[in-house]
Amino acid sequence: MQHVALADRPDELHDPQTFITKYVWSQDHKVIAIQYGSTAIFVGLIALVLSGLMRLQLGFPDTFDFIDPNSYLQFVTMHGMIMVIYLLTALLLGGFGNYLIPLMCGARDMVFPFMNMLSYWVYLLSVIILLASFFVPGGPTGAGWTLYPPQAILDGTPGYDWGIILMLVSLAVFIVAFTMGGLNYVTTVLQARTHGMTLMRMPLSVWGIFVATILGILAFPALLVSAIMMLLDKTLHTSFFMPAVVSLGENLSYEGGSPILFQHLFWFFGHPEVYIVALPAFGMVSDVLSVHARKNIFGYRMMVWAIVIIGALSFVVWAHHMYVSGMHPAFGFFFATTTLIIAVPTAIKVYNWVLTLWRGNIHLTVPMLFAIGFIFTFTHGGLTGLFLGNVTIDLPLSDTYFVVAHFHMVMGVSPIMVLFAAIYHWFPLMTGKMFDERLGKWHFWCTFLGTYAIYLPMHYLGFLGVPRRYFAMGTTDFIPESAQSLNAGITVAALLVGLSQLIFLYNIFKTLRSGEKSPRNPWGAASLEWQTADVPPHHGNWGKELPQVHRWAYDYSVPGAAEDFIPQNHPVTEDEQTEGH
Amino acid sequence: MKLFRSLREKPWLQQPAIAGGAPAYAGPDTAGAARIALRFILAVVGVIFFLFIITFLSRSQYPDFEALAGAPWQPFNDTTRLWFNTALLACASLGMHFGLVSARNGKINGSIIGISAAVLFTVLFLLAQFDLWLHLQSMGFYINSNPANSYFYLLTAVHGLHMMGGLIVLSNVVFRVWYDSEPESLASPLQLCTTYWHFLLGVWLVLFALLSSSPETINTLAAMCGF
Repeated sequence: MQHVALADRPDELHDPQTFITKYVWSQDHKVIAIQYGSTAIFVGLIALVLSGLMRLQLGFPDTFDFIDPNSYLQFVTMHGMIMVIYLLTALLLGGFGNYLIPLMCGARDMVFPFMNMLSYWVYLLSVIILLASFFVPGGPTGAGWTLYPPQAILDGTPGYDWGIILMLVSLAVFIVAFTMGGLNYVTTVLQARTHGMTLMRMPLSVWGIFVATILGILAFPALLVSAIMMLLDKTLHTSFFMPAVVSLGENLSYEGGSPILFQHLFWFFGHPEVYIVALPAFGMVSDVLSVHARKNIFGYRMMVWAIVIIGALSFVVWAHHMYVSGMHPAFGFFFATTTLIIAVPTAIKVYNWVLTLWRGNIHLTVPMLFAIGFIFTFTHGGLTGLFLGNVTIDLPLSDTYFVVAHFHMVMGVSPIMVLFAAIYHWFPLMTGKMFDERLGKWHFWCTFLGTYAIYLPMHYLGFLGVPRRYFAMGTTDFIPESAQSLNAGITVAALLVGLSQLIFLYNIFKTLRSGEKSPRNPWGAASLEWQTADVPPHHGNWGKELPQVHRWAYDYSVPGAAEDFIPQNHPVTEDEQTEGH
Repeated sequence: MKLFRSLREKPWLQQPAIAGGAPAYAGPDTAGAARIALRFILAVVGVIFFLFIITFLSRSQYPDFEALAGAPWQPFNDTTRLWFNTALLACASLGMHFGLVSARNGKINGSIIGISAAVLFTVLFLLAQFDLWLHLQSMGFYINSNPANSYFYLLTAVHGLHMMGGLIVLSNVVFRVWYDSEPESLASPLQLCTTYWHFLLGVWLVLFALLSSSPETINTLAAMCGF
C-alpha cells in the first residue's frame, strides 16, 4: 500500500527503458489508458459486427441461413453486455479516467501505479474469458444482457451450460479489475491534486469520472453478488433465484427461489451503471463545449452539484426497470417519482450546455460537432425516458422497440458521441499529431444522421407494439406489413453507420502513420493537461517541477486578457485582482 | 462539513495571489492515499456483505427456508463451535493489534511475534471454518438442501476469501520487515492491515449473529426491512 510511484521520486525521474516495461507491463497511466482504450474499442467492434448481424436478420428475415433463433439471441446478449460493460465502462473510466485524471489534476501518475497496471491485465483477462464463450460447446449465453433467471441457466436457452458460466465468471473478473482501477481514480483525485487545484477548480471531466467511479465502487458489488449466487444456482444447484421448475417434462431439483430477487440485485447495479457511463460523458462534453465555444462553462457550480445529485439519486430508481415484474403500487409510485426527479438536475445540465453555446465563439471543429450532436441525441433519449419512467405509460411500451430506441439514444449513441468528441479532442495531446479534419467531419455526419435514421423510426415500431428480442415477427395481426419495410430501412441505415466507423479507424491509423504534427495546444485549451512540458507528455508528466494552479479551467475570452484563454497554471496578474474579476 | 464548504466555492472569482509564492509541493501523501484507499475497500466489502444479508432476509421469507438454529436438531442450536471459531479470529485481531503497537514503539521482535500470532490464528480460524463445513456435511446439511444452508456456505466462503486476501497483503508487509528492518516504517501499512482484520472480525460477528438466529428473530429482521 505504501508504494511510492516511481514518477513521484523526482531524483529517479528516468523513463522505463525496455520495450516491455514501457509498453507492456507499463505502470504509466497514459500507456495503461491507451491499453484500456484499444482493448475496449476492439471488443466494441466485435459488438458492432454482432449488431449488424442482428439487423440483417430483422431487416431481411428468412434470407440468411447462418442466423438461427439461437444465434440471434446470442448476438443480442453479447452485443448488449459488451457495449455496456466491456466497451463503455472500460473506455470511459479505464481509458479516459486513466488518461485525464493525473494530467488534469497535476499529478505525475496514479497513486498506486502497480495496482493500476494490474487493473488493466485483469480487465484483459475478463475480456478473454468473455470472448472464449464464442468457442465453447453451445456458444455464448443467449439469455439477454440482463441474464434473468430462471431461463438464463435452463435447458432451452442458448449457451445455458458453458456460455452462462463464462459470462458470470467474466463479469466477476471485470468487477475485480474495475475495483482496482476505481480505487486509484478516487484516491488520486482526493490525494494527488497539485498545489492550488482545489476540488472546485477541477475540470468537469474529472468531476464526472470521480463521481461515476464512486457509483461503480458501490454498485458493481450488487452485480458481483448476483453473479456469485447465480453461479452457485447453476453449478451446485442451490435455489437462491431458482423456483421449482418443470423443464422439458422433468422436475428439476430447484425449489422456492426468487427470480425477482435477482432482478432487484441486477438493477441495483444496472441503473447506477447508466450513470457510470453518463457522468463521465457529461463531464467531458462540458469541457469540449467550453473550449470550442471559447466561453466558460455556464453554471460551473450547478454542473458539479448536478453531477453529485444525479449520482446520489441513481441509487433510488432501480425498480423502474421492473414495473412489469409486478410490485406494490406504492413502490411503483415511489420509483416513478424518483425517476422523474432525476430529470431536474439532468435538465439543468442540458440548459447549461446550450447556454454555454449561446453567444459563444463557436468553432465547428470535429470534436465540437460531436459534442453538439450529443446534446441532440441526449435530449431526445432523455425525453423518451420521461415517458417510460411513468408506470402507466411504461406498461404498454415495455419490451417493445420504443424501449430499445430510448436506451440506445440515451446510453448508446449519446456516450458514443462524447467518446468520439473526446477522442478527437485529446488525440493531438495523446499522439502529438493532428487527425484529418475532412474525414472527421464525414465520420460525424454519417454517424449523426445515420443514428437518427436508425432510432427515430424505431420509436414508431415501438408504438405499433413490435416486441423486442424476437427473432422474426412472422404474421402478426396488429403489426402491418409496412413495419417490415421500416425494419429493412433501419437495417440499411445501421449497416451504413457501422461501415462509416471505418472512416474513423482509417483516420486514426493514417494519422498515426503519416499525420501532420499538431501544434502544442491546437484548441487553445486552458485546462492543465495541455500545459505539460512535452506534448505528448512524457513519463512523470511534468518534468522536474509540478505545476501550480492559480485559477479554474474555464478562463476563456476574459475581457482585457492578451489571449482568448488563460491557462490554469498562469499566475493571477495585478490587473485581474484590481478589476475584481 | 469541509466538503459542503468546498462545494460552495466560486472558482470563477479570482483568489488573491499568495505573497512570495506557494510552498513547494513535492507530490501526494502516500500514507494518506493508502488510508483513503482502505476506506473505499472497506466500503466495497461492506456493500458486498450488506447485499448478501439483504438477500438472505428476503429469501428467508419463502416457505422452504429453514433457519439453522431455533430447533434442537438444527446445527447452530448449539453455538459452541461458532464461539470457538470466533475466539480464534478475535485472537488474530488481538495479535495484529499487539504487532501494531509494538511496531509503533519500535519493538521489531514484538511486532513479528504479534503478526506471526495473527497469521497463525487466522489460518486456524480458516481451518476451523472448513472443519465446520465438514461437520455440517456429515450431519446432512448440504449446500443445496436448503437456502439457509446455501447462505451458510456462501457467506463463510466469501468471508474466508476476504481473510485470505488479507493474508496475501499481510505477507507483503511481512517481507517489508525482512528487507527493511525499520519498525517505524512498518507501523503505517500495519495499521491498515489491522483495521482490515478488525473490520472482518466485525463482519464475522454479524454473520455469526445472523446464521445462529432463530426463525423468529430472522422474521422480525425481515419484517423491519419490509420483506
